[in-house]
Amino acid sequence: MVSEPRSRVTQRVPTAPVDPKTTPVTFLGRAKLDLGSDKVAAVEDGARRLYRHRAEAVAEYPAMEEMRARARAGRMSALRNLDRLLARFADQVEATGGKVWWAGDAAEANAIVTRIAADAGAGLVAKSKSMVTEETELNHALEAAGIEVVETDLGEFIVQLGNDRPSHLIAPVLHTTRYDVARLFADRLGVAYTDVPEELNDIARTHLRRVFLSADVGVSGVNIGIADTGTVILVTNEGNGRFVTSAPRVHIAMMGMERLVETVDEAAAVLEVLARSGTGQRLSVYTTMLTGPRRPGDPDGPDELHVVILDNGRSRVLGSNVAEVLACIRCGACLNVCPVYRRVGGHSYGSVYGGPVGAVLTPALEGPEQWADLPYASTLCGACREVCPVGIDLPGLLLASRANTALRGGLEPGLRRAVRAYAAVAARPRAWGLALAAAGQTARLLPGKGWIESLPWYGSAWTDSRHLPRPAARSFRQRWKERRSGA
Amino acid sequence: MLRVPPVQLLVTCLVDALVPGVGEAVVEVLERRGLDVAFPEAQTCCGQPAFNAGLSAEAARMAAHTVTVLDATEGPIVVPSGSCTAFLVHHAPELLAGEPEAEAAQRVAGRLRELSLFLSDDLAEDVGMEAVESVRVAWHPSCHGLRELGITDEPHRLLAGVEGVERVEIAGADECCGFGGLFSVEMPEISAAILRAKLDAIEASGAEVIAGGDVSCLLHIGGGLRKRGSAVRVCHLAELLAGRAEGW
Repeated sequence: MVSEPRSRVTQRVPTAPVDPKTTPVTFLGRAKLDLGSDKVAAVEDGARRLYRHRAEAVAEYPAMEEMRARARAGRMSALRNLDRLLARFADQVEATGGKVWWAGDAAEANAIVTRIAADAGAGLVAKSKSMVTEETELNHALEAAGIEVVETDLGEFIVQLGNDRPSHLIAPVLHTTRYDVARLFADRLGVAYTDVPEELNDIARTHLRRVFLSADVGVSGVNIGIADTGTVILVTNEGNGRFVTSAPRVHIAMMGMERLVETVDEAAAVLEVLARSGTGQRLSVYTTMLTGPRRPGDPDGPDELHVVILDNGRSRVLGSNVAEVLACIRCGACLNVCPVYRRVGGHSYGSVYGGPVGAVLTPALEGPEQWADLPYASTLCGACREVCPVGIDLPGLLLASRANTALRGGLEPGLRRAVRAYAAVAARPRAWGLALAAAGQTARLLPGKGWIESLPWYGSAWTDSRHLPRPAARSFRQRWKERRSGA
Repeated sequence: MLRVPPVQLLVTCLVDALVPGVGEAVVEVLERRGLDVAFPEAQTCCGQPAFNAGLSAEAARMAAHTVTVLDATEGPIVVPSGSCTAFLVHHAPELLAGEPEAEAAQRVAGRLRELSLFLSDDLAEDVGMEAVESVRVAWHPSCHGLRELGITDEPHRLLAGVEGVERVEIAGADECCGFGGLFSVEMPEISAAILRAKLDAIEASGAEVIAGGDVSCLLHIGGGLRKRGSAVRVCHLAELLAGRAEGW
């Protein structure tokens, strides 16, 4: 008897390869595709809603500042002692029956996961939401090996079904409306069209329940790893994380090597600030703490636990001038409050990590060549630093990143020359005085009075939306001198 | 009689070149409080534009020049800008660490006072402000003043002392106007999208004049209002304190 090939749980179109000819290579180029779109309007609404929830949660929690300080201390200490903590964490995972794998880069991490899944005879892998597996593009690797993989977080499920990309650290489909989801489900899951949120939820739940029950391997990320105990903590709201890590026979947790804290108390401090900062919850609906695989007598849990620890550029970041960015606990608060993120959405950042933290992290992880303009995607307003639950000085890191990338494509050559010329004049007071006088004279020759209403060529991008101030006919210093000599 | 050292005015490059009337208003306000004002004429630009551009060497040169000029003076250094003050207080000392000007940068950082902080914190004696023709004023809290210097209610207290000023609030006042210096030049379309929301909120506030402590943001907002044909004007806090509310 010839068995039928296993039918796929989810029918999917193959992922379209990124075409460099049609995908803009600059932040601004990508942003302009989305500026003013419905997609970005949805992002701004969502980001503002999450920001309001955070503000309410912080307001009703008097210990917030103390917990922020404790969470920061724990994370910064972990980064300073990362080699020691990683060794201890690995020892503890193995002592409790788990297996630890070290991956230098994305390809290695994907190969490890693929091999474990293949060895387990997995035809179907169930995943819970994980940014690090987005970073390594694990799904492509598994599919290339003939293993079906299904995202079980509702947002990620929608992303996967639509062949889309996440646009927010914790809310992957912030750019999507329920009507988009309704059309997608009707198209791809063969259900009758409905845009009632509860019904859409039920459709996804029914669909995913089959996945949980038939998956051989569950893959998750890791929100926090505790070095002292070898515990892996997952923070979720839908319960899918608990399913993925307990129902399948094998659980693989992929973790960025910087996710650690040393003690249970430090992990508790991070949990106190994580959900409050991200969604405004005191605690997420599910906080799953896993120490080792199923022990004899346990009612459930996987037979095997594998923890894959990923470097992928992190050691390099650790030794750089932006190492502090590795303290990030991925709450998304800096995205929600960022005036730039709110107007352009997450896809403009080009990588899986968007917003201010992504603008620092991506060029640091992947090198400045392709991402030199990302640190410039900020007004440096500082709102991100104000809300960061671990007090990361994001504006400071953006400035440090600019210093790293300015001469490697970050700063447009014309602007670079202009700023250099300005600096050269500013270092010579006499030249400065003459330049101001000359600017005042020139301004008199321009048409009109008062503000300059339109500029040609490059300048029009500015004057399309605002008039430009005209240099004063006589500068302050000229007027000061005249006043003093007259007195 | 005890000689009081004069107050040094760091007027900032934008005021010097674009809105010199703001500098003169600062001088008036300080003199009305019985202070001698000196203007170190070798001052140029503090270096923040180059620093924000990521050009550290150029920024260091400009900052070195600025702190050298200021270090040769004595007394408090008053700056009508939160942004330039924040740069010289928080970033210049680090930028110049290990340079010959490192100590000068530290000393200067200790003497710098943003105008509204200087007027409300450093002067115990309350000198009455000029009155203005009745006008509705909203305060725009510039990001660097708000978040790097912690300026919150000081300007409001000062404005409350100006007869004729009726204060109104801009919704979401603490959101950035989208200027960001170089950002508005490198990414003008995104900057404009952020500005649009700010202008909508301003027009909904009923304000006739937007007052602020940084002419950079004010020029951005003012330029946007002009482009829209709005009658709302912008002005610096110092101008209102000097009795001038016509704005620009």
